[in-house]
Amino acid sequence: MGLARLLLLLVRRDLARIAARPGEALLPPAFFLLVAIVFAFALGPEPGLLARAGLAVLWVGALLASLLPVAGLFAADAADGTLDQLAVRGIAAESVALARLLAQWLALAVPLLLALPLAGALLALPLEALLAAAPRFAFGTLGLAAVALATAALMVGARGGGGLAALLAVPLALPVLVFATGGASGAAAGADRLLAAASLLLAALAPLAAGAALRLARG
Amino acid sequence: MEPSSPPATRWHDLANPHRFRRISVHILPWLTAAALGFLAVGLAMGLWLAPPDYLQGESVRIMYVHVPSAWLALGGYSGMALAALAARIWRHPLADLAVRGIAPVGAAFAAACLVTGSIWGRPTWGTWWVWDGRLTSMLVLFLLYLGVIALIHAFDDRMRGAKAAGILAILGVVNLPIIKYSVEWWNTLHQPASIRVSGSSIHPEMLQPLLLSATGFALLFASIVLMRMRALIAEQKRAARALRRAALAG
Repeated sequence: MGLARLLLLLVRRDLARIAARPGEALLPPAFFLLVAIVFAFALGPEPGLLARAGLAVLWVGALLASLLPVAGLFAADAADGTLDQLAVRGIAAESVALARLLAQWLALAVPLLLALPLAGALLALPLEALLAAAPRFAFGTLGLAAVALATAALMVGARGGGGLAALLAVPLALPVLVFATGGASGAAAGADRLLAAASLLLAALAPLAAGAALRLARG
Repeated sequence: MEPSSPPATRWHDLANPHRFRRISVHILPWLTAAALGFLAVGLAMGLWLAPPDYLQGESVRIMYVHVPSAWLALGGYSGMALAALAARIWRHPLADLAVRGIAPVGAAFAAACLVTGSIWGRPTWGTWWVWDGRLTSMLVLFLLYLGVIALIHAFDDRMRGAKAAGILAILGVVNLPIIKYSVEWWNTLHQPASIRVSGSSIHPEMLQPLLLSATGFALLFASIVLMRMRALIAEQKRAARALRRAALAG
């Protein structure tokens, strides 16, 4: 079986599993909106202040939302023997991880992009800023999903839940955050390209790290 | 999993924990003495004999602690990542121990760098902290160290944790070039690096104590890591003995 076909099958399987639990799938965008609402309450209703802080708030929301699925990303597959089954069939753990990254990216980016206009309205962001931010969110979420993937694989079999996940993921995700908000403020030229580079680099490295961690978890 | 007789190289001779313990016990006193000697001379020169800076005055003397801490925090992380790489490629049994040995020491030097930098920044820049590229990168490095330490301790089997943490450390190396080039990217308040391969813009009277104290701190780093690795091996032996006793008793 070719790698592309294998990946397609694995991605379809992962997406079907995500779609089978719509409640869980809707948690990240709901959380994303919740962050926008909480920040609006904390900052106060003044539109100018909200608009200035808005995009940064949304990126923090996206980062936190990307960490929500970490606990369940590999734990179930490791517990019920799915990972062993795939390994016995000669499917590399890296392929499994890459497929899961693609599925997770879709499951994160599409709902977040759909929630973006609503979140933008809550934070009084102008339409042009939202339109400019949309491709950044589409790309940046790839990097965020990659970090979440590696974190989830490293934590298979570990104690300590959300706090540990945040501690592992945040330093790795910071370049994405820096370049994404740097591009939005227009402070640094080329920030968008650096954002794309950071996201692609993370997307290339995370499946390798996750594959190694998964093989380690199988013992 | 692997054949039990690895190729007989000197590299693998050291892999035997007993041999490592035997050799390291002879090295340690010399290493520690050399570290303390270099530190005494370097810090004495730096704190008393070196001239004060014409702009910053006496506060510049904290440099003799701050700069070596920064170098060692970075170098220690590279060493930890290399050890993790060696653990993955050669399954060198001491490499995972080295990851466990280095992580808290490197974190301590990163913390020392952040604290001394903050104390230095207050009179020089007028602020304890700025979100400048270099400070931020050192903070990220410190967080990476904390992540590695937390991951080691998240597993009941610490050696299993060390292997997972090693993967994290290798992944974090992606951040090292960002740290290195962050000055060029986000240069705001922090001065660019003064010491480069091509030469130095620091006066020799200040450079000499700096290099001496850096050597001292580096040797101190190495000797603490060796001590930690010896302690970890002893701990493993004790745990194994306790297990044997429990098995015999039960």
